[in-house]
Amino acid sequence: MRRDVFQAIADPTRRAIIALIALQSMTPNSIAEHFDTTRQAVSKHLRILTECELVKQEHKGREIYYTLELERMKEIDKWLEQFRKIWETRFNQLDILLQTIQNQQKP
Amino acid sequence: MTTAHLQFDFIVDKAQNTITVRREFRANRQLVWDCHTKSELLNQWYAPQPFTTKTKHMDFRSGGYWHYAMVDPTGVEYWCRMDYETVQPIEGYTGLDGFSDANGALNAELPRAHWNATFSDLEANTLVQTVVTYNSLSDLETVIQMGMQEGLTSTLERLDAFLLTLNS
Repeated sequence: MRRDVFQAIADPTRRAIIALIALQSMTPNSIAEHFDTTRQAVSKHLRILTECELVKQEHKGREIYYTLELERMKEIDKWLEQFRKIWETRFNQLDILLQTIQNQQKP
Repeated sequence: MTTAHLQFDFIVDKAQNTITVRREFRANRQLVWDCHTKSELLNQWYAPQPFTTKTKHMDFRSGGYWHYAMVDPTGVEYWCRMDYETVQPIEGYTGLDGFSDANGALNAELPRAHWNATFSDLEANTLVQTVVTYNSLSDLETVIQMGMQEGLTSTLERLDAFLLTLNS
């Protein structure tokens, strides 16, 4: 099942995990040490993040390391940037309209 | 005309599923209000270029709605519908923004967003704050993805690319 990216990052623990592994790839155990929650709960968060392709697993020897998918994170910001651009363009058009109306109102 | 020092904030709160857009306009509150609430004026600025706005129905009051299309340069229409919940001239309004068909029937498959727009004086200028709330941020992802797939944002990108080729 493909999960939703925004659903994934809406959770504060998952955002904290993203912030942690943004610095360096980490094993599930070392990630879990940073949280007052069970190892199981952390595993569940990691599974969701993996399903959203926000993090990926890398096998090094017998250990599994989790790494951040930077491209996917950038994608989210790109969506929001597109949305921002729409509002910016729209408002620039309103500036012009306001100016036009005010010029017409002057005697 | 310069817009360089007009306030513009676009704040995304991924935890609260909201986008807050704040923009200052160089005009008095009544005029800015009219531009947001009268279809003959909305038609002149609402859809971002190269799209144009076309209104089919406008009844700006609590319980009324605005049914409009954003029309791309080839004539393809993207129909939307804003249902007004509360209206307080010239302080603000709330409503539900969604997608519809050409007859005004809401598209239930696509998410609706709640809008809370407030208008206030900023010395001689007017500040408009719009808080757009989605049920979940996945709704927002759907809307933006749809925008990209169905042309709204991709057309803007094509325009950017076209302008670049003109300049080079």
